[in-house]
Amino acid sequence: MTDTPALSHANIRPGRIIIWTLLFIGGLIMISPLLFMFSTSLKTADQVYDLRLIPAAPTLANYISVLADGRFMRWFLNSMFVAVTVTISNCFFDSLVGYTLAKFEFRGRYFVFIAILSTLMIPTEMLVIPWYLMSSQLGWLDSYWGIMFPGMMTAFGTFLMKQFFETVPNNFIEAARVDGLNEFQIWWKVAMPLVTPALSALAIFTFLGNWTAFFWPLIVTTSKELYTLPVGLSSFAVEQSIQWEMIMTGAAIATLPTLIVFLVLQRYIVRGVMLAGLKG
Amino acid sequence: MESDNLRGAAGGRPGGTAAAMPADRLSMRTKRLLWVWGFLAIPVLFYTVIRFYPTFQAFYLSMTNWDLVRPAKFVGFANYVKLFKDPQFWKVFRNTFTYLIIGTPLSLLIAFTVAFFLDRVRFMHNFIRALYFLPYLTTAAAMAWVWRWFYQPPPIGVINDVLALIGIPQQPFIRSTDQALFSIMVTAIWAGLGFQVIIFMAGLRAIPTTFYEAARIDGLGEWAILRKITLPLLKPTTVFLVVFSSIAFLRIFDQVYNMTTNDPGGPLGSTKPLVLMIYQTAFGSYAMGYAAAQTVVLFTILLIVSLLQLWILREKK
Repeated sequence: MTDTPALSHANIRPGRIIIWTLLFIGGLIMISPLLFMFSTSLKTADQVYDLRLIPAAPTLANYISVLADGRFMRWFLNSMFVAVTVTISNCFFDSLVGYTLAKFEFRGRYFVFIAILSTLMIPTEMLVIPWYLMSSQLGWLDSYWGIMFPGMMTAFGTFLMKQFFETVPNNFIEAARVDGLNEFQIWWKVAMPLVTPALSALAIFTFLGNWTAFFWPLIVTTSKELYTLPVGLSSFAVEQSIQWEMIMTGAAIATLPTLIVFLVLQRYIVRGVMLAGLKG
Repeated sequence: MESDNLRGAAGGRPGGTAAAMPADRLSMRTKRLLWVWGFLAIPVLFYTVIRFYPTFQAFYLSMTNWDLVRPAKFVGFANYVKLFKDPQFWKVFRNTFTYLIIGTPLSLLIAFTVAFFLDRVRFMHNFIRALYFLPYLTTAAAMAWVWRWFYQPPPIGVINDVLALIGIPQQPFIRSTDQALFSIMVTAIWAGLGFQVIIFMAGLRAIPTTFYEAARIDGLGEWAILRKITLPLLKPTTVFLVVFSSIAFLRIFDQVYNMTTNDPGGPLGSTKPLVLMIYQTAFGSYAMGYAAAQTVVLFTILLIVSLLQLWILREKK
């Protein structure tokens, strides 16, 4: 709002300090739910009403009792297993299909591409009833496969990978053919290493999407042993009613893995979001 | 769809083998074609069985009275007629569009403002960006409970305590039919803001600096530059985010479900969005046919929003 040139930052003016301060306060408001969540998870039941952010006597007792319960560990592992498996499947199949559509000339290529792309228009909500029917007929209800099968491949991932495989030079592929590699080896050993930024973006998105997924796991699981963390947490919170320190501990356990991943991979994640946002 | 694919494969192969005999080069083509359909076999099967077939089945089920127990009977458009006469549907429809019509502009306005200024900040840039982005990585089902706690009455509710400090009377938030929807909307905006900020910043970075330099030489002020250069050039980004955010609000479920577990969609259905109605119809009352009709309506709405995006972006050229 000042008349400072947008891109020079050498001069410090009061306007800039005000902007910085406002942005900082806004940022603090943004993470305040996370701060309060972690803070409360470290408090005892009678301290919960004391809203100081730094607990008077921080304790890990809540974490110990939540994890000792056993169910949380189970839900955590369920979520981890589901999210990792689906991520691997997407990285493999979406890349394979994206590569095939980008680098081979064959009849039906355009048709396959449009057919896959058209599934982007179909919302999950419309498919859950047929999926539920299919799962109940095939005995997939209440199983890991039942939770995972709808997401094993995605049109978004295929489209993203195709865009990136198109940038791989054809003569790399031709050279590999001359060297006697078969088509699978060319894809795996030559083309894949050239698209790792896109692949990591896809992996991050798929993992995050499946780690936080709620709607389908809520529908397909009925026994508590097979709940994913979000579904388990929801049932746990209902059962705890007003034991907020316990609910916050559960929420913290569900949130920690993604926060840790973010702190380690911040650069890649932000780049991945930009990449996926702009390509999609 | 499946048969078309197979025809495509079969159509390619015989042609290849027939011509393969004279030259070795053509047998290589055949081989490559085998690789192609080898690569595509599982995915084609997957998309056919897990995506296309269920899509058609959803349309079919929407015209039946299937309830999980008795075999489905074809009832034509009866479910749709029932739906459009159902006052609950119109209430849910209004709720869903309230989320959309207020939530989308509000969150985009905040996101743009943050992105616009954050883009110029160098001091601790990554740190401040992380503060805004972190909520995007959280689990809706977990954070809904944190917000639910925030909205409690005093002494436990953080927001009411802050309001008391500045002399504003206690607010009921998610316990009142007037405020609950907006309280949940705030949670949804909070969760999606980081993504929008990042995308807006990417859009801002993509505008060539020469445009700004030229504008400054022409003596345009900051406000004129924003209106005449930044916003028009940012249009594709904005349209993308409007559609992305609209679709997210049209499909809102996790936050609503978890913030109103004792009476999902309550109080008195005042927060209930379409997807929650679908969930309750299908997996609460097992009226699968009726629920399928509701999903088709949702699909239609989403389709219109997506087509609008394509249309708006085409206009530009």
